[in-house]
Amino acid sequence: MYQFIGEGLIELNINGIVRKTLVRPADTLLYALRERLGLTGAKPGCENGDCGACTVLVDGWPIKSCLMLAVEAVGHEITTIEGLDKTPIQNAFIEKFAFQCGYCTPGFIMNCQGLINIHPDASDEIIHEWLQSNICRCTSYQEITEAIKSVLQNSKF
Amino acid sequence: MIPFDFEYHRADSIDTAVQIFSDMDKQGKNPMYYGGGTEIISMGRMANISTGAVIDIKEIAQCKVQEIQGDHLVIGAGVTLTQIRESNLFPLLAQAGARVADHTIQNKVTLGGNLCGTIIYREAILPLLLTDSEVVIAGPEGSKTFPINQLFNQRMNLNKGEFIIQIRTLKSLLSLPHIHVKRTKEDKIHYPLLTLCAMKVDGQVRAAFSGLCDYPFRSPDMESELNKSATAAEQRVDNAITKIPSPIPNNLEGSAEYRSFILRSLLISILNELEG
Repeated sequence: MYQFIGEGLIELNINGIVRKTLVRPADTLLYALRERLGLTGAKPGCENGDCGACTVLVDGWPIKSCLMLAVEAVGHEITTIEGLDKTPIQNAFIEKFAFQCGYCTPGFIMNCQGLINIHPDASDEIIHEWLQSNICRCTSYQEITEAIKSVLQNSKF
Repeated sequence: MIPFDFEYHRADSIDTAVQIFSDMDKQGKNPMYYGGGTEIISMGRMANISTGAVIDIKEIAQCKVQEIQGDHLVIGAGVTLTQIRESNLFPLLAQAGARVADHTIQNKVTLGGNLCGTIIYREAILPLLLTDSEVVIAGPEGSKTFPINQLFNQRMNLNKGEFIIQIRTLKSLLSLPHIHVKRTKEDKIHYPLLTLCAMKVDGQVRAAFSGLCDYPFRSPDMESELNKSATAAEQRVDNAITKIPSPIPNNLEGSAEYRSFILRSLLISILNELEG
C-alpha cells in the first residue's frame, strides 16, 4: 500500500539517477520533469495524449508523460531525451535530416529508441504503426522513417 | 495541469482498494478507481471530471494476470492493451485493442479502463461480448462473477464502490474464425466511424459494433437475421440493419447514411468470408 497526499517529495529514477522532487499527486510526469526538475527535453504540445511531443521511456516503453501522474512513475525507470547521448538514432536523425523545427524531435526519438530496443527486427508495418503515435507538423515522416530504418539495418551487421 | 487536487492511493490488494474507496467516499471525496488513468488525466485537465481521491488498482496481483487458468483465459483489469497484444492469447481482442488510440497510448490504457471509460467507443469490449466472457468484479459485498452480456448494457453497470478485477474467456473460443474491421473518417488513428468484430461460433455468425450507436453493442436480433442462411446475404444484411437498437449517429465525423452504407458493405463482406 502506497499513498501520497498533499504536496510532498517523491523519488524518481530518471536517466539512472534517483532524484527527489516536490509534486502534487495531481501533477503529471511531464510537469514534474519540466517545471520541477528542469528536464525540458520532453515538450508540452497538446497535453492530451495526441501529439507525442512529451514521450519518454518508462521501463523501456514509450509513454506520453502528459498522461502519466508523476507519482505513478515512482519505482519505475524513466528515460528522457537528456538520458541519450549520441545514440545511433540521434545520429541518424541528423544524417537523414529527419526534422525541421525540431519541436517534436525529442518525442519522436524516444519513441524510436523504444522501438529499436523492443523490436530490433521491426517490420515496415511495425515501424509505421509505432510512428503514428507522434505528430510532426513539418511533415518529416519520410525522413524519420529512413532514420529508424538505417539504425535497424546497421544493427544487423 | 490538472486544476484540482486529489489524494493518490496505490492499493496492493482487492480488500484494501475497496476499503479505501469506502473511506474516501465517507469523507465526501468522490473517489475514483484508477487504471491507466489516461481518461481521468485528460478529462481532469479539462475540468470535465473532478475527484478528491484516486485508487490505483494496477499493482493488485489479481489485476495483473494474463494466463490460462483451467478452461479460461484470465486477463486482469490492469493489463495494458499492449500487453494483450504482445501476448496474443486472444487474437481478436489483441486486434481490437491495437486500434484503440495509438500505439504509445496503448502502453498505458488498461483493459479495465477501456471497458469502464466514458468515451462511447470502448472497442475492447466487442470481442468480450462475442465470446460471452465473464466479468469478475470486487466491491463492498465481496467478489462476484457476471456474464458480460448481463453486466454491460450500453455501459458497464457497476455499483458504487465496485471495480473490475478480471475478465474470463473460454479458452475454446479464443482462436475461432474472426474478423476485425475499423473504418475511420481520415487517419488510421481516430475514433471509429464504425468498428465491427465478428466471429463464427458453432456455425453461427456473431457480430458486435462500435460507432454505430452511442454505445458499443451486440444484438441478438441482428444476429438472428444474419444467420437465416436460406435467405440471400444482401437481404439478410438489409433485414439486420432494420434491427439496429438505436439511431445511427449523424455528425461531422460521418452521416448516418454513410455509416449505414459502410455497415452494409462490411456485413456482406464478413458473411461471405465467415460462411466461406
